[in-house]
Parts: sequence; C-alpha cells; structure tokens
Amino acid sequence: MTGRVQDWVKDAILEVQEYVHLVTKAGRSVLTPPIYYRDIIEQFDAIGIGSLTVVLLAGLFTGMVLALNSGLTLDQFGARSMVGRLISASMVKELGPVLTGLMVAGRVGSGIAAELGSMMVTDQIAALRALGTDPVRKLVVPRVLAGVLMVPLLTVLAGGIGMVGGWIVTVLQFHVASSIYWSSVVQGLYVQDVWMGLIKPFFLGFTIVSIGCHVGMRTTGGTQGVGKSTKLAVVASSVAVIAVDFMVTKVMIVLLY
Amino acid sequence: MAVRNQRRAGLLDEALAHGGPIIVFDGVNLSFDDKVILRDVSFTLQTGHTKVFLGASGAGKSTILRLILGLLKPDAGRIFVNGEEIEDMAEEELMRVRGDLGMVFQEGALFDSLTVRENVGYKLFEELNWPLDKANARVEEVLGFVGLSEFIDRMPSELSGGQRRRVAIARAMAAKPRILLYDEPTTGLDPITSVSVDEEIIKLRDLEGVSSVLVTHQLRDAFFVAEHTAQRNGGRVSLERAVAHKADEAEFIMLKEGGIAFEGNAAELRQAASQDQYIHAFLS
Ligand SMILES: Nc1ncnc2c1ncn2[C@@H]1O[C@H](COP(=O)(O)OP(=O)(O)O)[C@@H](O)[C@H]1O
Ligand SMILES: [Mg+2]
Repeated sequence: MTGRVQDWVKDAILEVQEYVHLVTKAGRSVLTPPIYYRDIIEQFDAIGIGSLTVVLLAGLFTGMVLALNSGLTLDQFGARSMVGRLISASMVKELGPVLTGLMVAGRVGSGIAAELGSMMVTDQIAALRALGTDPVRKLVVPRVLAGVLMVPLLTVLAGGIGMVGGWIVTVLQFHVASSIYWSSVVQGLYVQDVWMGLIKPFFLGFTIVSIGCHVGMRTTGGTQGVGKSTKLAVVASSVAVIAVDFMVTKVMIVLLY
Repeated sequence: MAVRNQRRAGLLDEALAHGGPIIVFDGVNLSFDDKVILRDVSFTLQTGHTKVFLGASGAGKSTILRLILGLLKPDAGRIFVNGEEIEDMAEEELMRVRGDLGMVFQEGALFDSLTVRENVGYKLFEELNWPLDKANARVEEVLGFVGLSEFIDRMPSELSGGQRRRVAIARAMAAKPRILLYDEPTTGLDPITSVSVDEEIIKLRDLEGVSSVLVTHQLRDAFFVAEHTAQRNGGRVSLERAVAHKADEAEFIMLKEGGIAFEGNAAELRQAASQDQYIHAFLS
C-alpha cells in the first residue's frame, strides 16, 4: 500500500518536472530563432477562430440564464432595473473567463493532445527531430502563443455577448427599457473587475494549451494511448482552469483591492 | 533549425573516404527501466557500404537507428557519426549531425497534415530555406527517382502502403544526406512492391554513394540489397548481381538478446545458418 503511494508520488513529481521542463523550454524558444511564423498564424486561426462559435454560444446562453434567475430574485425586491449590474459584474470578473476557459479546454486542450499524441505514436515527432526541427519550437510554441493571446480575446467576446443575452431576456421577459439595462450594466463595471477579467484569461489560456501540449508529447501506447491522452488533457486542463482561476483571483485581490 | 556551417572534426576526412568509418558503435549499452535492450554492441559501418540488421521483433533494431540519430542516448559506450562523437552532444549540436542523416521510419512517419510535396521538401522548405524554385525542382527530382511524380499533390492518407514508404524514402534523401537509415522499409508490403523499394535502396547506395543501414526481418530483401548493384548506362539504370568484392560491402549483423549473434557477409550468413539453430530458424 505504502509502495503504491510512493510510486504515485514519484510519478506525480516526475510529471510536474517534465511539465516545468517543457514550459521553460518553450519560454526560451519564443525569444530565439528559428521561429515558425506560418505555424503561429495557423494556430491563431485554429485556436482563436476555431473556438469562436462555442465560446459565443456559451456566453450568450449564460448571460440569458443569469438574467432569468437574477431577474426573478431581484423582482421580489422590486429591483428589476438592477439586472444589468449583476450580469456585468459576474460575466466580466468570473463567468466570462472561466466559461471561456472551460470551453477552450474541451475543444482546444483535447484537440492539441490528440494531434500531438498521434504524431508521437506514429513517429512523426521523431521524424521532425530527424529532419532537424525542434518539436517544441515547431509545435508547442505556436500553440502556446495562440492560447495566451486568443483566450483573452475570446473572453472579451464571451463577456460582451453574455451582456447581449442578458439584455434580450431583460427587455423581452422583464420589460425593462434597453437604456436602463445598459446603464445598469455600466454601473456594475468596476475598474478592478475589468482588470481581473482581462488578466485572468492570459493565465487560463497558457494553462490549457501547455497542459494539452505536455500530455500530447508524453503519449505512448498507440491509438489507445492517444485516446487516454485526449481524455486526460480535457480533465486536467478543466480542473486546472478552475484552480488557476482561484489562485489568480486570490493574488489579484491582494494586489488590486 | 538551420544547419550551420559545418565545423568538421578531425576524424572526418578519414570517415568520408570510401571505406572509411562513417558510423562507429563502441561498447554501447542501453536499458529501458530494468530491461537490457543492447549489451556491449560494437560495429563499424564503412562509407559507401551497407549494414543490414536482422533480428526478431523487439531485438533492438529500431533502437540502434534511434541511437545513430541521437534521438536516444546510450547508458554507456561511444557512438561516432561522420567522425563526430555524438552520445554526449546537446540537441542543438545533434541537429548539425542530423544534417547528414536521412531516416526512413518504420511506418513511414509522413506528416499527415502535409501534402506529398511538403513532406518530401520539408527539410528544404522549413529548415534549409532553399529558394522555392530550387527546392521544388529537387522535390520533383526525388519523387521521380522513386517513381511517384504524379502523386506530388496528394495527401499521405491517399497513398497505398508501398507508396507511403517510397515517399518516406524520397523525404529522407531530399537533402542529399551521406547516410540513410531504413527501418523495415519493406515490412507489410507485397513481394513486388518490396523489390521496388529494395531497388531504390540499391540505387541510392550505388549511384549516389550513400552509406546505408538497413533494418529488416525480411531476409529476401536483405539478400537482394546485399547481392545486387546498380549501374547507370547512358540514361538507363540497370541492376546486376554483385561481384565478390562488391557483395562484401554489405555486412549482416544479427541481434539476439541484446548482443550481436552473428556478423559477416551474405555468404557467411548462409553458411552460419547450417550451424546455428537461431540463425537457421530465422533464415527459413
Ligand atoms: N521508449 C521506450 N521505453 C521503453 N521500452 C522501449 C522503448 N522503446 C523501445 N522499447 C523496448 O525496447 C525493445 C527494442 O525495441 P525496438 O528497437 O523497437 O525493437 P525492434 O528490433 O523490433 O525494432 C522492445 O522490447 C521495446 O519494447
Ligand atoms: Mg523496430
């Protein structure tokens, strides 16, 4: 029993070591040539544009459901006009980043793990190295860059469309005037919250993509191994999104408020 | 990574002369976890010659090729490639050594998101930054060499197994390496396609002066490669049976339980089969 625990701890430490190693290697490779610009652009497209639909849909419905629920509650206090504040506060600070993170984890984290994993088990990664290419520069760096820069953008869009969703419900269901809703939305936005909402997704994007790359590059065991990696990447990056969200929030509260 | 101007080691002049030692293993040991894969393996490949590795599946044949490429590091022993000692090299230095190596992976390992053209020209386009027209001309040339010119714009998934293997050969040879490593290039192919792959290997060796390491467990192919030579008469290429000294330029190594169970030329291998049970089982 203790032996199994020991093994588990040893494996976990090794895993973390490998992860840190990959991340530092990627960090160093961003700054020095060769840089594969075409792959970077491709990944911006794949990760950013590719995730747009899911992220927008998730944002829209979240804003709508928030409006429904908070509208009902606020109605009891005769405070329908405050719906906008609630929506903007929660969308911008918390729900926008986390939901976008979870959507991207499901779509992009798994996709990266599957792609790199199958390249690993079919020797394509070994072939890259044999042809003189560093797989970290060619495969990891473009994805990490795209994750770090596109997730914040997606988050802003998700927050924005969430407010639109809230507006639709508030106007149609609760018959609040558009102008009242939007001025309430603006009232709910504090500068600190906006900073929080803008900074978080950088960390979330980095976390999701780097975990996907790490898991993909450590794939062994054929097609079955690819399946396992894909699943692991989704689970690990989703949990990591929430954990990192907590940690960044904690740090930022200390720094900003 | 762009291959930098080659800083040649002193041993290199010797290594690059025909018959000089181009790949040397000296007492190489390697284990994965507790399992010993290679135990004190030593051999020398001479420039322009062919080394054929035989052995059961799991005997460590692919591992030897990975060691030559520096994709794996030995636990002990020394490895020289092109006159440079590579076992302690950092990845960046290894990139330079790999500039002179081409590898045909076991299942081809073609990049499945790239076309045949992009696969074959990968190194020229992405790493060596050849001018586009020159790179394209070279891609067309090597695809012609393996007889697949009309497939240049296909995706790897649209090719048959044998065609994929030949594209892999074309990719490995595109940057004109001095050494080519083939990992079971004919496994899983029908006899006719196998022979066409064998012919590519012979042509590269005899017409382009490439030193080759061939891993296989198809004896027919191994003997075919060892015992034929290619000549160019005018524009045409013809294959002939190799005369004695040319046949000696192909050497067989049989791996068994981590060590070398047999080393010698084709004739000696046939003879050894009559004495050694393991080799006999392998040959029949
Ligand atoms: N990365 C690895 N980790 C652990 N074991 C490995 C690894 N690569 C190969 N092996 C083991 O090493 C042995 C030799 O493998 P290989 O060289 O691929 O054999 P083959 O002669 O069939 O090409 C096999 O038993 C294989 O299971
Ligand atoms: Mg093998």
